[in-house]
Amino acid sequence: MAAFITFLYYLMVAFFSACFIWNFRRSKNWQTEVLYLIVLLPFLLRLFRLK
Amino acid sequence: MKNRYALRKTIFTAAFLLVFIFSGLSFYRSRHLREPVVAGDGLLEVRKLSHYFPGLKGSINDASVYLLGKGTSSSGEGAALVLGGAHPEEPAGRLAAWLLVENARVEAGRLFVILTANPSASTSTRPGGAYPPDYEIPTPWGRQKFRQGDRWSNPLDQWPDPEVYIHYPSRQQLAYMDIRNQNRTWPGRPDGTMTEKTCYAMTQLIIKEKIDLVIDLHEAELQYPVINTIVAHQKGEDLAALASMMISSEEGFNIGVEYSPVALRGLSHREIGDHTPAIPLLLETPEPFLDATRGKTDRALLLTGRDEFVMKAGRHGLLFEKLDENGWPIEVRVGRHLSSIIQIFKVWTELHPDRPIQMENVPRYAEVIANGVGYYLKNPDGAPAGRLFYE
Repeated sequence: MAAFITFLYYLMVAFFSACFIWNFRRSKNWQTEVLYLIVLLPFLLRLFRLK
Repeated sequence: MKNRYALRKTIFTAAFLLVFIFSGLSFYRSRHLREPVVAGDGLLEVRKLSHYFPGLKGSINDASVYLLGKGTSSSGEGAALVLGGAHPEEPAGRLAAWLLVENARVEAGRLFVILTANPSASTSTRPGGAYPPDYEIPTPWGRQKFRQGDRWSNPLDQWPDPEVYIHYPSRQQLAYMDIRNQNRTWPGRPDGTMTEKTCYAMTQLIIKEKIDLVIDLHEAELQYPVINTIVAHQKGEDLAALASMMISSEEGFNIGVEYSPVALRGLSHREIGDHTPAIPLLLETPEPFLDATRGKTDRALLLTGRDEFVMKAGRHGLLFEKLDENGWPIEVRVGRHLSSIIQIFKVWTELHPDRPIQMENVPRYAEVIANGVGYYLKNPDGAPAGRLFYE
């Protein structure tokens, strides 16, 4: 069960990472762009199993 | 305008990649740091925990078990298991176990040593708590680097945590994160989480190898009442009390004795005693690095145990152990552990001459303080063939 939840969790992390990157590309406001990147960092660190 | 956006996004992306690569490399290197162990003459064999419970094979927590002695079979002589690194953020425990493996010569009985009882926890730190990723011990041949580690198994290896952790088999409700705390998951179970399986494997080791004594090495914050003490299961009360007296009279420092609470489940000093024939003892030394009121949380604090804010807490009567400008250096903490182990084995052998556990060449409290911890760490570059291992 834990393995299944973990699998779903990583799918969710990947999905939100993709959303942040997509929104970063579309944004026209520099503060929002910085915010997307700051939020993206821990998601990618987890997705790549670094932290 | 479009070009301006593109240029800005390119700069931001480059800055992001720089931070991501730098932090990612730092975390990766910390998680995969190889710590050399140069086993001494007393080493007979290195096994994996999966030798005792195959369910752990392939897991990061398939820890190395160093067997010291004169014979691998369970003869009539006594046997002891020393655990370092159940909480890797308490470095004196790991370092004391390190010095045992690199220096001890076992003259009677068998000594099993696990340097990193929870390897997963040694690969994670608390950046939010400003923990350094590693620390170095100076030696006559250079500096040896060790992982700092954390109290809990790495969430990369065991996830998710439950809302409430229900301990097996007592069903006592504990804090959710303690399902990753190796000193809350004893005696473990074969179909549990990774941390529970690790405890189960060690429980099997204790039973199969007919271990008489288990010594679990820890450190504690000074604002925690269980400090500078031997925590003993009721089976080991006499042994702990006698060892405490011997330590006070022969080793040059005082250590108390606490009895393992019957109602507090999951701890080594409770569950090993209840579920195996062995006597478990847990040793605590003071580590100001762990105190919540500490100041700058750096490698110096970890190794010197000197902190003005924790000292101030002491002036307000908030500490259970004294702290002055001398701090609690790593030499003092490791020396306390080693001398305590020496005296516990000595008292055990006097009480049980039919199952002796005797060892030589282990530095004592005064010697570790005089020479430093690094003096007793061996140079991996000069390690004899077959004696170099990595944690």
